[in-house]
Amino acid sequence: MTDNAAHAATHDEEVLGKAYDARLMRRLLTYLRPYRPQVALAVAAIIGHSILELAPPYLTKVVIDRYIPAGDLSGLGFIAVLFFVALTVSFALEYVQTWTMQMTGQRIMFDLRMQIYTHLQRLDLRFHDRHPVGRMMTRVTTDVDVLNELFTSGVVSVFGDLFTLVGIMAVLVWMDWRLALMAFSVLPLIVLITQWFRRNVRDSYRAVRTWLARINAFLQERITGNATVQLFRREERDRVAFDTINAGHRDANVQSIFYYAVFYPAVEVVGALAAALLLWIGGGWVIEDALTLGSLVAFLQYSQRFFRPISDMSEKFNVLQGAMASSERIFALLDTPVEIANSRTAARDDMARPAFGPVAQTTAGVIRFEHVTFAYVQGEPVLRDVSFEIQPGQRVAIVGATGSGKTTIVNLLLRFYDVQEGRITIDGADIRSMRLDELRGRFGLVLQDVHLSSGTLASNVRLGRESIDDAAVRRAVEAVRADLFIDRLPRGLDTRLAERGATLSVGQKQLVSFARALAFDRPVLILDEATSSVDTDTEMLIRDALTTLMRGRTTLAIAHRLSTIQDMDRILVMHKGHLRESGSHQELLAGRGIYHRLYELQFKARGTTALAPAAS
Amino acid sequence: MSPLRRLLGYMARYRRSFLLGFVCIVLSTGIALAGPWVLKYAIDDLTAGVTMGKVRMYALGLFALTIVGAIFRFLMRRIIIGASRDIEFDLRHDFFTALQRLDLAYFQRNRTGDLMSRATSDLNAVRMMVGPAVMYTATTVLGFIVAVGLMLSIDGRLTLLTLVPLPFVSIIVRYFGSAIHRRFEAIQEQLSEISAQTQETLSAVRVIRAYGQEQYAIERFRLANEEYVRRNKGLIRLQGAYYPSMGLLMGFAAMLVLWLGSREVVAGRMTLGELVAFNAYLMLLSWPMIAFGWVTNLLQRGMASWKRMLEVMDAVPAVADRVLDDVDCGDGVVVGADLKVRPYSAIEFRNLTFAYGDHVVLRDVSAVFPAGTTTAIVGATGSGKSTLLGLLPRLHEPPRGTVFIDGVDVLDMPLETLRGAIGFVPQEPFLFSASIAENVAFGARGAQGDRDRVEEAAGLARLDKDLSDFPKGYDTLVGERGITLSGGQKQRTAIARALAIDPRILVMDDALSSVDTYTEEEILSRLAAVMRERTTILVSHRVSTVRGADQILVLDDGRIVERGTHDALVRHNGLYADLYRKQLLEEELEAS
Repeated sequence: MTDNAAHAATHDEEVLGKAYDARLMRRLLTYLRPYRPQVALAVAAIIGHSILELAPPYLTKVVIDRYIPAGDLSGLGFIAVLFFVALTVSFALEYVQTWTMQMTGQRIMFDLRMQIYTHLQRLDLRFHDRHPVGRMMTRVTTDVDVLNELFTSGVVSVFGDLFTLVGIMAVLVWMDWRLALMAFSVLPLIVLITQWFRRNVRDSYRAVRTWLARINAFLQERITGNATVQLFRREERDRVAFDTINAGHRDANVQSIFYYAVFYPAVEVVGALAAALLLWIGGGWVIEDALTLGSLVAFLQYSQRFFRPISDMSEKFNVLQGAMASSERIFALLDTPVEIANSRTAARDDMARPAFGPVAQTTAGVIRFEHVTFAYVQGEPVLRDVSFEIQPGQRVAIVGATGSGKTTIVNLLLRFYDVQEGRITIDGADIRSMRLDELRGRFGLVLQDVHLSSGTLASNVRLGRESIDDAAVRRAVEAVRADLFIDRLPRGLDTRLAERGATLSVGQKQLVSFARALAFDRPVLILDEATSSVDTDTEMLIRDALTTLMRGRTTLAIAHRLSTIQDMDRILVMHKGHLRESGSHQELLAGRGIYHRLYELQFKARGTTALAPAAS
Repeated sequence: MSPLRRLLGYMARYRRSFLLGFVCIVLSTGIALAGPWVLKYAIDDLTAGVTMGKVRMYALGLFALTIVGAIFRFLMRRIIIGASRDIEFDLRHDFFTALQRLDLAYFQRNRTGDLMSRATSDLNAVRMMVGPAVMYTATTVLGFIVAVGLMLSIDGRLTLLTLVPLPFVSIIVRYFGSAIHRRFEAIQEQLSEISAQTQETLSAVRVIRAYGQEQYAIERFRLANEEYVRRNKGLIRLQGAYYPSMGLLMGFAAMLVLWLGSREVVAGRMTLGELVAFNAYLMLLSWPMIAFGWVTNLLQRGMASWKRMLEVMDAVPAVADRVLDDVDCGDGVVVGADLKVRPYSAIEFRNLTFAYGDHVVLRDVSAVFPAGTTTAIVGATGSGKSTLLGLLPRLHEPPRGTVFIDGVDVLDMPLETLRGAIGFVPQEPFLFSASIAENVAFGARGAQGDRDRVEEAAGLARLDKDLSDFPKGYDTLVGERGITLSGGQKQRTAIARALAIDPRILVMDDALSSVDTYTEEEILSRLAAVMRERTTILVSHRVSTVRGADQILVLDDGRIVERGTHDALVRHNGLYADLYRKQLLEEELEAS
């Protein structure tokens, strides 16, 4: 079982892509475009900073060659002042650079995060079905942060490094071109060492990352599956398996230590080689008076600063690599097309309106399903040739076994998915030609498992709609009798809920979702009745609340309670994707079909329980 | 033992490495500091006028010194950082072993993410403490003492003057370090808010779309996002000043050296070579000054992380083997050996009351499951069925004197023996990201893991037909948590996994809920022979599954309210009869 870790490591999260991809890089740089002035300022500041960094060795040269031999104390003072000015300006420039660039990075990350999040809010449910929420969270957080590093410490500081390098070379050539050539002669060595280091570190970085991913996957799995591990007495073998991965990780790290341990001293040795060369040759020239002592000292000092930018640049490599992998994942998400959106004609009709605007109050309209066929997975149709019509004000129940296609009808009506054959119309217009907000604005949806968010109770009722003021929230809550439990809470409607509303019972959450549907006051109520059992008191409350909710509304309910079903004008009986029976309670009973059998059994099973009082 | 002592215990295993590493540090630091001294002689001789040969000797000397120093520097990093990786290995091993001992309740109390972060980021902080922090502390302290000593020997007054800015560097590093850390945590907090919002809106995507709340969600996210940028702004303001200000202070010191030093040279109190060497030492000092503050932060964070790791490593498992003396079951027979002899295992619950904290789940449950029989348990969600089953293999610890196998209290059985006797199929089967064969053989010992035994178990669970449709058959990878399999396939893999260990007790906790009735019947008929030889406990919502059981227990709110055979319970016309009639209805619907 040792190789299960290897399987785990193939999660796409951990695979590192190419080290550099020009196409991705170009696209990344487009995010810098709106901030051109800031970037220009940062680049200017970093260049200025690099130039000022060149000052100290040159000032040393001037001191040694001019003021010390002359014993000119005021000259020395003048140099000290210059030095001081250079330091202060350099400090200011570096601050400006860091500030502008980091802030620009933050703005870009802000833009990018908004872009990803907005896209996620538009992407089809089909997409969300297939992509785990956790992974999408990584896109919005970790992946974006990785890119931040590229913009803030990567792109700009490379400019700085480059300018330091060029600056030093220029000064050296200007002071003495022959000696400068001597100093440059070690450059190929540095390039070779850096290349070697970069290549090996990249590989070992990948190896370390892969092992770490395996460790994490293994740990995560063993922690979440701890009961199974214990039941099957896997502890011993798991320990052995874990040791193998753990050792792999250690060895990969030791390997990478080797490269670092070689690299830093090697750069020092090359630096010393340059210094020795300068001393060897330059020292001779000083003796022959072909070079001033100050120049030699300045050369020696410059040669020490010479190699830092080169090794710095090689460190940027890891940043670049991580950024490539993250941007690839982010762009893949952003490039996923949205299939279900406002049709082009609907969008053209009202260009002026925002994509997600406030909804104009609409009426229920005549809802028609015309020969609708639909499959979530190709070749496995969930609805087959389903046709029916709902008149305004009608109450319709859908009944049928699990998997018969009840929920799919709701999903299609709200255009969470698009039909594959046939069409759905409202007042004769295909819903695909309507604006999404106009379509969905007709429906008040109550789902089986209620999702509450971690705001206050009131904010869970009104969601984001500010026109639903406190009084309206209160009215809705009272109408569904949710006030009975809410008023017992110390902070009432202002009570903050835990994540997913965990502090409320199932029945209480349902009442809150009823209040929400009532507060939004939509002409059509869509109800997916909860199957989970609640205590009798809550059950009574829920029944009363439903009555309130349905009053004066067109209702389409996936119903499980006989009481709900019997209150309906019409009942659609779904069976294996087909609409098998349709009619009122009485008609269906008289038809002696599926519904009749269902009712008989239910009635017999329940005997005289309260759920079937309307038996005629 | 104090946390520090315990950590030192881990380091002591590699004391040879640390010792050797310190020798390398001493040598490399000494050599690095000799470089400027050579330079001093070279410059002084050049000022005085000197032969070519001597200058070349200095050049060679400088180069040779660096090479020797580089070798020791290489060794230093390899040895000390390498040892820190060895310690990391040991720590991770021990942490994992500690996790393995812990009981189910512990994992339910502690979030996976929290345990993971202790095993990863905390461990890394501890490693940074025993590796890089130790190495840099040594080089910093040593480098500082020697460099300052040499500087003092050149010019005492100048040394004192130029050292004035240096303590400020360390103070800045310390101050900024902790301030940055605080802001960083505030930023992380806001990042969790961003994650939480993403999670909430994506989980509730239907409600959001139905109520047209996309724009509101986006606006809310914008606010969180803006707050995140705002908090980052505070950090950037600090960071923007942090590194430049260190450069500024070090620059002041260099300026003082150049200004005051050259005045000394003019006054003849110092040679030019000394000035150059002095300057070089100052450059060498800047790193220890920066490192000093950095290292203190590493040490602080490392100790905090180490304490967090110890919380897990020192946690006392609620379920563990008793001391061996207890295992003797009275008549001188050791339980472990005893159990192996008996072909069947009778189970008994005796006046079992069990609570999670204050929440009582089982009340006074008494039941006997004779060896070789099948008992079914039915009851509503939350009636305590799964808890009851979990007490048998001691996933949770039952009170003493309440759960017995063949008359022996399960508390007195070694976990190895107890769990080896039970084939458990949990309600939500947890599969591991491995092949199907590996998952089936998950608990198999020795020959039980052979391919033909695995195939036999898979056949009993009716997994074989599905596998013949998979191109890679038994070697099909099931993905994380079995994501590539259907619910029914997962359940059947879990059944095969339980059968593969050839258990004397078979426990199935609603193990066929995702399997259609037809397949269920087929599995049950295949299992019939297996179940005859074993004591079986079945939990199910389906009457079709439980009707053939030797006895049926009906649980309601933690109590056994009805018990008997199917026919007797239907006649009794209670809860079970009610359930039975409801299901007839559903089956009717399925069949029509």
